[in-house]
Amino acid sequence: MKILVPVKRVLDYNVKARVKADGSGIDLANVKMSMNPFDEIALEEAIRLKEKGNAEEIIAVSIGVQQNQETLRTALAMGADRAILVVATDDVHNDIEPLTVANILAAITLKEGPSLVLCGKQAIDNDFNATAQMLSAKLKWSQATFASEIDVREDMVRVTREVDGGLQTIDAKIPAVVSVDLRLNEPRYASLPNIMKAKRKPLEEISPAELGVEITQRLKVIKTKEPDSREAGLILENIDQLVEKIQENVGG
Amino acid sequence: MKILVLAEINNGELAEDQTSKTVSAAATLGKVDVLCASNNCSNASTNVAKMENVENVIVLEDEIFAQGLAESYSETLIDTINLYSHVFAPSSSFGKNVLPRIGGMLDVMVISDVSKVISEDTFERPVYAGNAIQTVQSVDKVKLISVRTSNYSAVPSTGSANIKKIDCIGKNPLTTFIENRMQTSDRPELTSAKVVVSGGRGVGSKENFEIIEGLADKLGAAVGASRAAVDSGFAPNDWQVGQTGKVVAPDLYVAVGISGAIQHLAGMKDSKVIVAINKDEEAPIFQVADFGLVDDLFKAVPEIEKKV
Repeated sequence: MKILVPVKRVLDYNVKARVKADGSGIDLANVKMSMNPFDEIALEEAIRLKEKGNAEEIIAVSIGVQQNQETLRTALAMGADRAILVVATDDVHNDIEPLTVANILAAITLKEGPSLVLCGKQAIDNDFNATAQMLSAKLKWSQATFASEIDVREDMVRVTREVDGGLQTIDAKIPAVVSVDLRLNEPRYASLPNIMKAKRKPLEEISPAELGVEITQRLKVIKTKEPDSREAGLILENIDQLVEKIQENVGG
Repeated sequence: MKILVLAEINNGELAEDQTSKTVSAAATLGKVDVLCASNNCSNASTNVAKMENVENVIVLEDEIFAQGLAESYSETLIDTINLYSHVFAPSSSFGKNVLPRIGGMLDVMVISDVSKVISEDTFERPVYAGNAIQTVQSVDKVKLISVRTSNYSAVPSTGSANIKKIDCIGKNPLTTFIENRMQTSDRPELTSAKVVVSGGRGVGSKENFEIIEGLADKLGAAVGASRAAVDSGFAPNDWQVGQTGKVVAPDLYVAVGISGAIQHLAGMKDSKVIVAINKDEEAPIFQVADFGLVDDLFKAVPEIEKKV
């Protein structure tokens, strides 16, 4: 079977987001961008499924600006077989909403015919946690979110989900959309030879219009501001002082 | 404007705190109806009917709703949901699973993790692990809102809503529930506890985590953990506090052996008072803590437990 893995280019997770002075958003000019960590985990899982013989081909998709091809080259270097870049905007500050992303991915899914779409559970920039669920609804496929274990069987995939209170296991009929959580695996680093090989792997560019999808924005961002900040407090000298502070604030 | 709240009911048991705080957020806009869908709603619907600002409790019972599977929920309830202009759910694993699927079906965006309801179409929500707060205005015909419940207080139980039962035939040909492996505990629930004691990588092992649990039990607190501690297997996944775990805002948060990565701070920096114990005086956690102690946690925590 084929596996489709959407990968988003986001502000690197080690870089602190800075709000632009005019309140129009986060400053993304001249900052380090990387693959969304959850998408890396999804891709790693797809590669492992291929290594186990559960899948024949892995297609990575990225939606955004032209520079997303760097993210796709990383995906190819990790082990994706080919890549599709959907150039949906020329401004990196223009975040494409999960609903539009789901529409684009649904169109690509119909074209490419994967049996499984593996998504990161959320992008660490907009923190929506929505694309997989929306895509699953659009395709009328089964949905398994927040996966910490994935076991592909004949006509279904057994997924252990991280939920409030513990873990839940479900069987999702294939075709399925699965969103992955942090503890599913630890993604590999691309080796230098694989980075070189990735340069020769196919990367196709396509526009939303060619897929028949319109880019819409349902949520207008009116303002972006810094959160209320906390100030550093007191460093206490000894345990007794700390005990006193804890007692003052328990049941207060 | 017609407002619906999706009550979170797990296998017949109402997640009362989450549901009540979601009602509280939704009631900013007016009276609300609450949808109770589970295998057995008798206790849940009685409790929801008492929540202030609830007008009608709509009850649908079917075995298929017991485990909150997204397909059962969204496919079966879409006709009921379609009668409303605003649909709120808690931003819990239940709400995050179900609400965007409904969005996909209705072709509307979901407004996740709303920390403040400003008006009927304008909302505040944190982005970038809480490093920025965005104000967004929705142009969709239906607003789907998941609520960051730690920003709201529960509503008082002074109401008396009507309870209406609707017949339904549950559908879900796509997914099958196999099992739950839930953490059982006598401690308060992490997201609603007044006091939380959390441990990080510095705790070192699963066995050592008993030190954290000991202090928590002495204080009547819930136990939390940083991602590093959960990834290392010191603590179960549902203890994780942070951007991708739970968001808490207790009266007192005690961070032990937690360095304070931005992803962790995203889950606890709205706590009223933060206390940090770490042997590294440069740890970023001290920049948000009201009170800090630079000390070896293995020496300090047992002594604190004895003295409090």
